[in-house]
Order: sequence, then structure tokens, then C-alpha cells
Amino acid sequence: MSDNTMTAAVNDSDQKAPLEFLVKGEHHPQNGTLLGFWLYLMSDCLIFACLFATYGVLGRSYAGGPTGMELFDLNLIAINTSLLLVSSITYGFAMLQMQANRVKGTMFWLAVTGLLGAGFLGLELYEFHHLIHVGAGPQTSGFWTAFFALVGTHGLHVFFGIVWLVTLLFQLKKHGLIPENKRRVFCLSMFWHFLDVVWVGVFTYVYLMGVLP
Amino acid sequence: MSEHTHEHDHHDDDIPHVSLKEYATGFVLAVILTVIPFWLVMGNVFESSATTVMVILAFALVQIVVHMVYFLHMNFHSEGGWNMLALIFTLILVFITLAGSLWVMYNLNVNMMPGMME
Repeated sequence: MSDNTMTAAVNDSDQKAPLEFLVKGEHHPQNGTLLGFWLYLMSDCLIFACLFATYGVLGRSYAGGPTGMELFDLNLIAINTSLLLVSSITYGFAMLQMQANRVKGTMFWLAVTGLLGAGFLGLELYEFHHLIHVGAGPQTSGFWTAFFALVGTHGLHVFFGIVWLVTLLFQLKKHGLIPENKRRVFCLSMFWHFLDVVWVGVFTYVYLMGVLP
Repeated sequence: MSEHTHEHDHHDDDIPHVSLKEYATGFVLAVILTVIPFWLVMGNVFESSATTVMVILAFALVQIVVHMVYFLHMNFHSEGGWNMLALIFTLILVFITLAGSLWVMYNLNVNMMPGMME
């Protein structure tokens, strides 16, 4: 008899334990956002892979028009690359300020990052304008189509990154460093650093290899 | 940094901990890995283009890994390993897309050139 009551008691507590566990398991919805955002970045990576493949295939189809070797200005690209690279570390400073719960410092470094990104975008637009002006527009040849598609898509990403960054500055000003904003700042950091990774591919594959004989 | 206590890290919904050392290391490495390829190309260091291409591609690959580790905080245990799994899957797809396109189109160009018809 006593044995039976024992098992009944154990069963009772057994039935309660898994219920509590399930409730605990539901407690981390934020976890999903970071993983989901990472998956988005990976799918974005595939878009860039297709554009890189297109550029690789059309890389010599000049159709008698100007070539990259004649028109690419590596000094400009070096400045552009350094702007983007410095913006990576300034975003890192923003992350460190956020970790220390300093909202002013976070906003300051985010703003610096945004300005560097805007500088990058300005120089890129200047380069595009110059190229189109000297007769190397996207309709000139397969090579220039692929070039503008690849580099332009990257530039578009930087543009939307800046839009996001400015939105985030207003959010931070209004609400401060609430968990939601921290999550957003972290997601944007992944986006920003991801764009830098793509740019490594662009300056190596398009510009540096493009000017080699 | 001094007012930065351990409490802050925990209730911030699983955002990975970042450190100045990590960013500084990543930045220094990234600068080195960027400057060398630019110098190799702009200074015409190697005679043959093929050598330069191989070397700067190697530098780009290393730099991408540096950015992944130090800036994107990639490792094998973030998000229970799902980040890394998604990344590996994506890298396989990227490799198939790039290598496949270049290989197929190269063969097409070599074998279908008008000059070969005669």
C-alpha cells in the first residue's frame, strides 16, 4: 500500500515538472530575432553570389567599349575602402558604449558611423557619375552592366543601412537603451559588418583584379 | 569601461558580449590585409598578373574570415550552432554558384567560339 502512494506522489510531481519546463522554454523570443536576421543575411549573401557570378562571366565582355583597366581609379577606391573599414571600428565603439549602457556615447558613435557610410556613398555616386559621363554607363556593354549591378546593389545596401541607422538614432533618443533598441543596434551591427565583408569581395574581385593586365 | 558590470550583460536578451580587444584586433588585422593587396596591385610588385591574382584572392579570403570572427562574432556555439550551420550551407551554395557559372561559361566560350567552326 505504502508503495502505491509513493509512486502516485512521484507521478504527481513528474506531471508538474514538464509543464514548468515548457513555460521556461517559451521565455526567449529574442533569440529567434538574431538567428532570423542571420538567416536573412545569408540569403542576401546568395544575391551577392549571383551578382559576383554574373560579373565573373561577363568580366571581359567589353563590346568594344571602355574597359575597367582604363577607367578604374584605385586611389578613389582606396579612400572608399578605408572609409568603410573605419566605419566598422566606429560601429564597434557604439556597441561597446551600448554594452556600458551609455546612450549618448552609443548615439555619438552611431552618428560617426553613419557619416562615414554617407561619405562612402557620396564617393561611389561621384565615381558612377564620372563613369557614365565618360561613356561607361550600364548600357555600354555586358561588363559595365554587371559592374553597375554588383557595385550598385552594394551601394543600395549601404544606403538602406544609413536609413536604418538614422531611424535607430531617433528611436534611441526617444526610448533610450531599452532591450528592443539594443537588439536593433545589434542587428544593424551585423548588417553593417556584413556589408564590409561583401566590400572585401568587391574591391578585390572587381577593382584590384580589374586593373591587372 | 569601469562602470561596466556583469549584471548588464545578462538580461539583454542573448546579445553576445563584445570587447574592445576583439574590435581592435579585428581592425588592425583588417587594415593590414587591405593595405597589402592594394600595395601589390598599385605598386606592380609581381611580374605576372596570375601570381598577383592568387595572392590578393588569398588575402581577401583571410580578411573575410577575420571580419566574420572579430566583427560578426562568429563561432561554433552562438545560437546553439545554427548560425554556423546556416553559414556553412550558404558557403556551399556560394561556391556552387560561382564555380559552376565560371566553369560552364568558360567551356561555352572555349568550345563555341565562331573561329572553331571552320
